[in-house]
Amino acid sequence: MSNALINLAYLLASVLFILGLKGLAHPRTAVRGNLISALGMLIAVVVTLLDKSIVDFTVILAGLVVGGAIGAIAAVRVPMTAMPEMVALFNGFGGGASTLVAGAALFEAIYMSTAVTTDFTVATVFSGLVGSVTFWGSLVAFGKLQGILSGNPILFPGQHALNAVLLIAALGVGGYIVADPSQTMAYWVLVAIAAVLGVLITIPIGGADMPVVISLLNSYSGIAAASTGFVLSNNMLIIAGSLVGASGLILTNIMCKAMNRSLANVLFGGVGGEAAAAGAPSADSVYAGKVKATSAEEVAMLLENARRVIIVPGYGLAVSQAQHQVKQLAELLESRGTEVLYGIHPVAGRMPGHMNVLLAEAEVPYEKLLDMDQVNPLFKETDVAIVIGANDVVNPVARTDPNSPIAGMPILDVDQARTVVIIKRSLSPGFAGIPNPLFAADNALMYFSDGKKALNELIAAVKEL
Amino acid sequence: MEGLVISVTIFVLAIFVGFEVITKVPPTLHTPLMSGSNAISGITLVGALLSAGAQHTTLTTALGFTAVVFATINVVGGYMVTHRMLEMFRKK
Repeated sequence: MSNALINLAYLLASVLFILGLKGLAHPRTAVRGNLISALGMLIAVVVTLLDKSIVDFTVILAGLVVGGAIGAIAAVRVPMTAMPEMVALFNGFGGGASTLVAGAALFEAIYMSTAVTTDFTVATVFSGLVGSVTFWGSLVAFGKLQGILSGNPILFPGQHALNAVLLIAALGVGGYIVADPSQTMAYWVLVAIAAVLGVLITIPIGGADMPVVISLLNSYSGIAAASTGFVLSNNMLIIAGSLVGASGLILTNIMCKAMNRSLANVLFGGVGGEAAAAGAPSADSVYAGKVKATSAEEVAMLLENARRVIIVPGYGLAVSQAQHQVKQLAELLESRGTEVLYGIHPVAGRMPGHMNVLLAEAEVPYEKLLDMDQVNPLFKETDVAIVIGANDVVNPVARTDPNSPIAGMPILDVDQARTVVIIKRSLSPGFAGIPNPLFAADNALMYFSDGKKALNELIAAVKEL
Repeated sequence: MEGLVISVTIFVLAIFVGFEVITKVPPTLHTPLMSGSNAISGITLVGALLSAGAQHTTLTTALGFTAVVFATINVVGGYMVTHRMLEMFRKK
């Protein structure tokens, strides 16, 4: 197949990717959009196989079969709550592939004694670096979300200095490769340094900030792919890689804005974890004597005549796997004439839209899932707000205390509802490690229980009314 | 140098397109968006196929093979997981 035809096919594939992403703008067209994007990928792959530089198909076939099997099995068997870590893992593999391909291209050029331009070597070095950081960073993200690694930020003195040194070392080795591309060992040294760097820049980030990290790593793998596109002079890689790179960066930006924290603070701030933040009021001074525990019967009585109930889910909902119970309770209340809506904070959960996916799995109609700007004005005319496993996203301290780690973060104004019921296992702090005065508010009731258990009890109690 | 300039042009334009398309996706669909765009990043497979298929040296073929495995995991896993997520948003 001539080069022109191949590139035209690549153009078609690129158009399909863009149309596919456009389809993702609405649930109605989203499934179709994903299929269109997959078609684009298929065309790109098939057309590449027709490239005349490919002489042998056995290795390729073996790779496709092995990779396809692993990917398919993993995708089918993973539970919905593990979605974020799976995306991180798959993304890591993509980044790793970019590093290997760039390396192979470099070694091939050396083997064939082709003269290489500086552009080529710089792009190769860049792919190797970014791809390796992405691969190892994604593995760490996977580990943190799966609980294999501690969700707390892992900090040690001199950390940032060490990372800076590693980056400089990596760039130094990269420069060496550009100066003398025949040093194949140097490429592996670069990859190894980048690997360590990838691990070290990800471990200081707290588990609940992982959505931002995953989004950023997603962007990196796109950038690595685009860079490899420069190495191979392949337009398909450049276009698709840039699309993904842009997508990841935009999402990362949106999420940081939603938390009112800069990206630098997320990556380097060492925020989060179980230890209370320095200078924060102690839990006792906030809670002692003011927290009111409640029971299913009491909450059921509140719900009996409620005209509007807003449910605010958090990561605890996912951990407790209580999304189906939430749907049941909502349906029960609706059958009694209550309006039930859901308030979804942009960074609730472990990934942007995490809560939405969870509730969609429970078949909650997506029109009821309101984002922060839509739901906040409604709280003052809400009889009961039920918070399930969410903490920092409903902490009023964000509004009142400029020194708090969550200062300025836009929150869901659940305290404006007539009554707030918080379903939580204990008074333990959320990700930011600070106490939450909402729990001690006059109109707040704490329902100390695991989410699923509490909801089951509530459903039973409402049925008894 | 010509080739590089063209490539950079494509790169810049792709970023603009990406920005326009992605800012229209509502927060509800952000997780499938991450998953879907992650699947697209598996386009590295194209490069991996070229590496694995060219059969220049054992090393480059081995690297190519591993790259094909990795990239295929990214592509197949990515699209299937995105599909699973999006299926849940369909009206029943």
